[in-house]
Amino acid sequence: MTARPDPNAFALDRFLAHQERKDLLRFVACGSVDHGKSTLIGRLLYGADVLFEDQRAALAAESRKHGTQASEFDYSLLLDGLAAEREQNITIDVAYRFFATERRKFIVADTPGHEQYTRNMATGASTADLALVLVSAEAGLTRQTKRHAMILATVDVRHLVVAVNKMDLVGWSQDAFRTIEAEFRAFAAAIGVNEIACIPLSARRGDNVVAASPNMDWYGGPTLLAYLEDVPVAAQSRRQTFRMPIQLVNRPSPQFRGYSGRIAGGEVFPGMPVTILPSGQISSVDRIVTYDGDLERAAAGQSVTITLADQIDASRGDVIAALAAPPAVVDRLTARVVWMGKDALAPGRSYLIKAATATAKANVEPAIEVFDLDTGDSAPADRLFINDIGDCVLTLDRPLALDPYADSKETGSFILIDPESFDTVGMGLVQGTAGERQQHGRLRRALRWIVGAASAGARKRSSSRESRLRSIVKAISWRGTGSVDTFIVTFIVTGNYTFAGSVALTEIATKVMLYYFHERVWSLIPWGR
Amino acid sequence: MHGTSGQVAEYELAAAPARQATGRLTHLQQLEAESIAIIREAVAEADNPVLLYSIGKDSSVLLHLALKAFYPGKPPFPLLHIDTTWKFREMIAFRDARARELGLDLIVHTNQDGLQRGINPISHGSALHTDVMKTQALRQALDSHHFDVALGGARRDEERSRAKERVFSLRNAQHRWDPKRQRPEPWQLYNGRKRPGESVRVFPLSNWTELDIWLCIHQERIPVVPLYFAASRPVVERHGELIMVDDERLPLLPGETPRLKTVRFRTLGCYPLTGAVESAAASVAEIIRETATTRFSERRGRVIDHDGAGAMERKKQDGYF
Ligand SMILES: Nc1nc2c(ncn2[C@@H]2O[C@H](COP(=O)(O)OP(=O)(O)O)[C@@H](O)[C@H]2O)c(=O)[nH]1
Repeated sequence: MTARPDPNAFALDRFLAHQERKDLLRFVACGSVDHGKSTLIGRLLYGADVLFEDQRAALAAESRKHGTQASEFDYSLLLDGLAAEREQNITIDVAYRFFATERRKFIVADTPGHEQYTRNMATGASTADLALVLVSAEAGLTRQTKRHAMILATVDVRHLVVAVNKMDLVGWSQDAFRTIEAEFRAFAAAIGVNEIACIPLSARRGDNVVAASPNMDWYGGPTLLAYLEDVPVAAQSRRQTFRMPIQLVNRPSPQFRGYSGRIAGGEVFPGMPVTILPSGQISSVDRIVTYDGDLERAAAGQSVTITLADQIDASRGDVIAALAAPPAVVDRLTARVVWMGKDALAPGRSYLIKAATATAKANVEPAIEVFDLDTGDSAPADRLFINDIGDCVLTLDRPLALDPYADSKETGSFILIDPESFDTVGMGLVQGTAGERQQHGRLRRALRWIVGAASAGARKRSSSRESRLRSIVKAISWRGTGSVDTFIVTFIVTGNYTFAGSVALTEIATKVMLYYFHERVWSLIPWGR
Repeated sequence: MHGTSGQVAEYELAAAPARQATGRLTHLQQLEAESIAIIREAVAEADNPVLLYSIGKDSSVLLHLALKAFYPGKPPFPLLHIDTTWKFREMIAFRDARARELGLDLIVHTNQDGLQRGINPISHGSALHTDVMKTQALRQALDSHHFDVALGGARRDEERSRAKERVFSLRNAQHRWDPKRQRPEPWQLYNGRKRPGESVRVFPLSNWTELDIWLCIHQERIPVVPLYFAASRPVVERHGELIMVDDERLPLLPGETPRLKTVRFRTLGCYPLTGAVESAAASVAEIIRETATTRFSERRGRVIDHDGAGAMERKKQDGYF
């Protein structure tokens, strides 16, 4: 479990191989003030052995000076970064901490517990794979705990670990733990969060943090660190179809025009038919260029440079997306907003909206609803104040390509920027794409999809994949031949040519479809090529 | 630059496919992709960007990622080095060779006023020297070239006050950092807008640790200054630090005689302010082993941090990187 191997017994290749295979888990830590969050994170860092000797010596000295505990180490002092905060003894901003074990690197977003800091928690949670929620066994669930869970649900953190802390103060009582666990589960289920683990521990004493507790035999589960090491993390992105917002156009010479960006969802390969949004131009991927050589395939999370088969006029802010399932192009949208600005969000105000790499002007329409974090209800409101969460409708001065947040955090989120101070004043989640422009009607999209697929297929350098049009034509020609056979056989057996005809026709209709889908499924299977 | 014969086998190991069976990227691949995206975003939102090149290992990784970010083109910005005139000689040689090799513009700036006043780390102490020759010098250079976005290699894990630093860190016209005006960065959506006179410091390596840096140097074979590797060097022991006698400007105190010791540096800066560590690690692989097993954090060798726990925060508010 220790992250820091013994230097003598240290096998270098094995260590390097481990490091190579290590993955990354981001989690957000939150809890009511004084429930022990700082102590717990300090303990995790200490337990995972990332604290160095000199930091430890400085900590011991500071514990004596500022510490709230008389003689022990005050682990929480490790975490309060800014002098101003140290003096006032409060944490006022998100801090990022790092530790690693042999299997994982962890990035912890440590967020403050005071309720006026909703925005910090939402920020910390926005990139988290899971959330660590601190609850003091002595104090139980508080109003703040519930508000925190609501915020986590809002930004769609689906996996929670509840650390029931200060078990030493309730005599390590299983009943006390089970009561809190049941209450939390009931509440979480009500707000739609179902993946929950509860761990009884004592941050101050270290029970069940890194080492199993000798005081709670009744608990058979993993320690907190063991749990964090083992918990499976979801794939990089939920969105399975390809999207890449263009960050910049890379034109080192007249012969090369590449589009650089980080893939927000799905996979891409040379030959793949794509559309460039919002313009709706169609092309296919020519190369996936990286410093380490061209790629045959690239997936969500990777930073690449893509060249297209056609001369296309695309620029920063455009989205390159799979032609088969592109995002909506909208100039009006409903959004859930976490407000962070000192001045309230109000109808009629305009802001700059930055979604992925695109920027536009957004105007707030009159209907605003504010979300009550205590009851989970929404009510009409005049404006949203700092740390409010609410829904509003935004009208844009130009169309943007967006997905619903529930489908894709990467292409369904945005920030609002004050047009004068340029401060980031709001974070937003796309709920609905109210103003989808008609240029992407379903029929036209379907047509483009087939045509685009055919033209892409024609250009493809390797013919290992079947184009869709080819699949359709093959399906029809095969069925045509087959159904003539069916007609003849049926006629010979029944002697009834109308009956034979209808059997053959039905067969054509259903089997063309069946064959087509069968082909498409096979075209996705690389096996045997 | 750091090739030793024993490393070949390890490189082969490093070149093995590092993608997870689950389809997830490894932590290094994720860090790299994230940093490249940050570098591109900084440049896209800048009028006149620059890369602050301190010659150290973090700068070396940052520069390497910048090469990757704009491939097949070149990074569209110059490198800026603030030369206090007290850097190790090997650093300067490495800097010049590297810029030449890559064909990148290198701007070297020294605070001429400070130089004329004879400000130096030995008689004026680390705090004043750093303020005049680094902090003020950096402001002069950024102002005179009108750079509005400066990329730097600082990491959040280096020092506690950096843990809350943003990736895009806004500075006012006086280059000051105001903790209250820092912008939230949800979903890694960075806001690079600024009013006239304001500037942004961008830290693409925010989420990297010292170990990540060395793993990347190993995997990508990034050249670094040889001072990171153990060698026999003349040092004196002063206030518990091993200070290398890099040239004749270091006055020896009574009773001090330089002794040859096998040492290396975990961070690089002005040589009279940079403590060496006794170590036999002479290759990147050995450094990785040492980093993974060491008991002392890297900033220990930096004399300027001992000015007190809030020292870095004060320097940052003044515009030090
Ligand atoms: N008895 C006991 N006290 C604890 C435990 N964990 C934290 N504390 C104390 O609770 C107080 C608040 O802890 P802190 O970590 O600062 O809480 P935060 O406000 O949530 O960061 C401090 O006095 C801690 O020493 C625990 O497991 N048992």
